[in-house]
Amino acid sequence: MTAPSVVVLDYGSGNVHSAAKALERAGARVELTADRAAVQAADGLLVPGVGAFAAVMAALESVRGGELIERRLAGGRPVLGICVGMQVMFERGVERGVDTEGLGEWPGVVERLAAPVLPHMGWNRVEAPPESRLFAGLEGERFYFVHSYGVRDWSLDPHPRMTPPAVTWAEHGERFVAAVENGPLAATQFHPEKSGAAGIRLLENWVAGL
Amino acid sequence: MSVLTRVIPCLDVAAGRVVKGVNFLDLRDQGDPVELARAYFEQGADEITFLDVTATVEDRATMYETVTATAEQVFIPLTVGGGVRSADDVARLLAVGADKVGVNSAAIARPALLDEIADRFGAQVLVLSLDVKRTGPDRAPTPSGFVVTTHGGRTETDLDALAWAREAVERGAGELLVNSIDADGTKAGFDLELTAAVRELSAVPVIASGGAGAAGDFAPAVRAGADAVLAASVFHSGQLTVGDVKDALRADGIEVR
Repeated sequence: MTAPSVVVLDYGSGNVHSAAKALERAGARVELTADRAAVQAADGLLVPGVGAFAAVMAALESVRGGELIERRLAGGRPVLGICVGMQVMFERGVERGVDTEGLGEWPGVVERLAAPVLPHMGWNRVEAPPESRLFAGLEGERFYFVHSYGVRDWSLDPHPRMTPPAVTWAEHGERFVAAVENGPLAATQFHPEKSGAAGIRLLENWVAGL
Repeated sequence: MSVLTRVIPCLDVAAGRVVKGVNFLDLRDQGDPVELARAYFEQGADEITFLDVTATVEDRATMYETVTATAEQVFIPLTVGGGVRSADDVARLLAVGADKVGVNSAAIARPALLDEIADRFGAQVLVLSLDVKRTGPDRAPTPSGFVVTTHGGRTETDLDALAWAREAVERGAGELLVNSIDADGTKAGFDLELTAAVRELSAVPVIASGGAGAAGDFAPAVRAGADAVLAASVFHSGQLTVGDVKDALRADGIEVR
């Protein structure tokens, strides 16, 4: 059996190098590109994201990233968003008074967390539901977060005939969404590629489902 | 607080080699920063910091190679400081595999550099490094009694350290690396008053640095308000492992990974 192929979407977002290497460690064949055909052909698409919500959205649009993601999801093809790559899956992001439209795959707003110390920077625990596949075998593990904004409310009503999404929570000052698994679309607010052995294991779990 | 205290080994690197005395029994090449970073990763380090101590133009390319090679093997955050003078320098470091970038003297010379970096990449990549001394009888006083220095403490500025830290956070620094020049090298423990004073004014994470000499030195810095503790020689000498420091923190009731 050949290793699953993963495209790391290359749209000029921060440190994509580590994500690619971590995915290789997790057993995937990795290509860093924004080529339309390659993005569609891959078994999995990883959407990284570092920096301000508005800047990430603008950069994504410069490679028509929204359309690429939408097309994959319409065909049930797996996509994993990381950090701001997760945040842009929601309807809107509000940063420093700038309200930016996201890709709107999920309802919800990305807002500044109410915490005494921000950014939320470092290793934190998460609360994953038992049905989670991403967190299988990772009970009690810590993951590396670095962000100041997050989603406080998960408001997607479960469709009666579809598997309900698995939502994982974390807390820093207040509760926020740490990860979502919703059909072909999954995302983490933390950085699995920076979360040591636990992060590699989570990526293995994702790659195993491709 | 819910987020865990981080333990960060710091490697001073010049021309692709670790320059402070490294005395690891199980390293093939004692001076290879990549190998040393991997050893600390395996010991349970929460982040790694590289400090490019020469930061000459020729050494720059070597540093990029070191960062890339490290990021391929070490799956924890990597901060690189030393010689960062522009937002383009930051772009280059992030592109080769750094997660955060430390800025020090260039921001003192031109504070707007901090705004430029934060606006372009977000506050979370921007670590302001401060090399701080206490003012004494032979030094001009500052309001806080702490003054910012450059060139490893050899050159004093007229900046009040706490005022500068506050300004840096306002301009967009996402983290403060507070290195006590007085404590550095003494192995007598961190400057707890300095750590507490910076914690008091800052709503961003604070890394305490300088003075670690024993496993028991780290917990007081955390209690004084540090979100992370950084050390170099106690690790490089083989005197302490990252695990030893974490055991000591745990024994003191401080949560670590």
